[in-house]
Amino acid sequence: MTAFLEAVSIWSIPLLVALVSLYAIFKKVPVYSVFTEGAKDGFNTAVMIIPYLTAMLCAIGMFRASGAMGYLTDLLAPVTNLIGLPAEVLPMGIMRSFSGGAAEGLMADLLATYGIQSQIGRIASVALGSTETTFYVVAVYFGSVGVSKTRHCIAAGLLGDLASLIASAIIVNLMWF
Amino acid sequence: MMNYIWVGLVVIAVIFGAVTGNISGVLDNIFAFADTAVEIALGLIGIMAFFCGLMNVMEKAGLCEKLGHLIAPIMRKLFPEVPEDHPANSAMALYFAANILGIGNAATPFGLKAMAELQTLNPTKDIATNAQCMLMAISTTSITLIPVTAIGLRSAVQVEGAAEIIAPVIIATTISTITGVVCSLVFQNMKRWKWESVIEAEIAAGTLEINEHYVGDKPIVLPEGYKAKGGSDKVYL
Repeated sequence: MTAFLEAVSIWSIPLLVALVSLYAIFKKVPVYSVFTEGAKDGFNTAVMIIPYLTAMLCAIGMFRASGAMGYLTDLLAPVTNLIGLPAEVLPMGIMRSFSGGAAEGLMADLLATYGIQSQIGRIASVALGSTETTFYVVAVYFGSVGVSKTRHCIAAGLLGDLASLIASAIIVNLMWF
Repeated sequence: MMNYIWVGLVVIAVIFGAVTGNISGVLDNIFAFADTAVEIALGLIGIMAFFCGLMNVMEKAGLCEKLGHLIAPIMRKLFPEVPEDHPANSAMALYFAANILGIGNAATPFGLKAMAELQTLNPTKDIATNAQCMLMAISTTSITLIPVTAIGLRSAVQVEGAAEIIAPVIIATTISTITGVVCSLVFQNMKRWKWESVIEAEIAAGTLEINEHYVGDKPIVLPEGYKAKGGSDKVYL
């Protein structure tokens, strides 16, 4: 099973690139110039994230060096261990629902501290990639049409985020650990 | 809220560092992690440029429209209140297709259009309909094939194995989306959140406002002598 899933991960981007370009050239799209024109946006996206990454990484770096992070994870571990989730990932998992930039900062810290192929690094990556910033999405889209009574939206979104965190831990543990 | 979290982190760090005697480590990490932040962001430029380029090709080749057609039958099941010929359908199909393909820049305008179209089917001004809640349940739980940002951050730290999370993410995001959709279906019939009971409560409180741009065929009939007090613009989350 792990071998199959790893093959999916390895093949999906190369296949997507090949199929999309083939389809586009078939549709008479000037692929090369359209690609380079779009690639310009990548620079902006990466540069835009610097202030958020710096703010979050420095704060979390201080928090980690002071020993407070170790204390916090020791406190959380008995609960998170029940589902095989390392306590180190939980702060990022909670932040994911509130601020995308801050969650990316927390994940960057986990990746830099523990490595991208560690259990912590993998679970954090899967959790970050598999859900959206619930509060931000709801505020933006409902704000745009003036809807203020959002009924069950936040509850459903947060339960979805929780499901993604638990699923991430279970899948990564089944696949690699 | 981020203000409090950030101040909390740095203040606790300094107090903890003082108590445990790790204060020099706290200082060192400010410099070390500021460096790491820029390193990661710079490492992100190349891979983000590549994906943004690829996404532009997908968009210009009309892949969103194509995929939108494919998922239309599933959407009719999830949005039974939306009439088949209503423009909300195509807007939502494009929005979901752009999300699946990971075209973030294109997804937002499609999403705003989809929400605006659904609002024309909302008899009230400020209460979310079941269809609007379902749209949000699917977008807050994300439906994506390639988690571009997560892969980008990983490859900025280490290239080898950066993409190995694609298959697990597809499984995890499917589980989270199904959870969000099922929760929505269950919650929308619970007493507290049910459309009819929310409307009743709003009428009783005198805060219900009618949407004058409503185009559907089930307008709300207000009791005689009802006059709205006018709600506030605050978003209740």
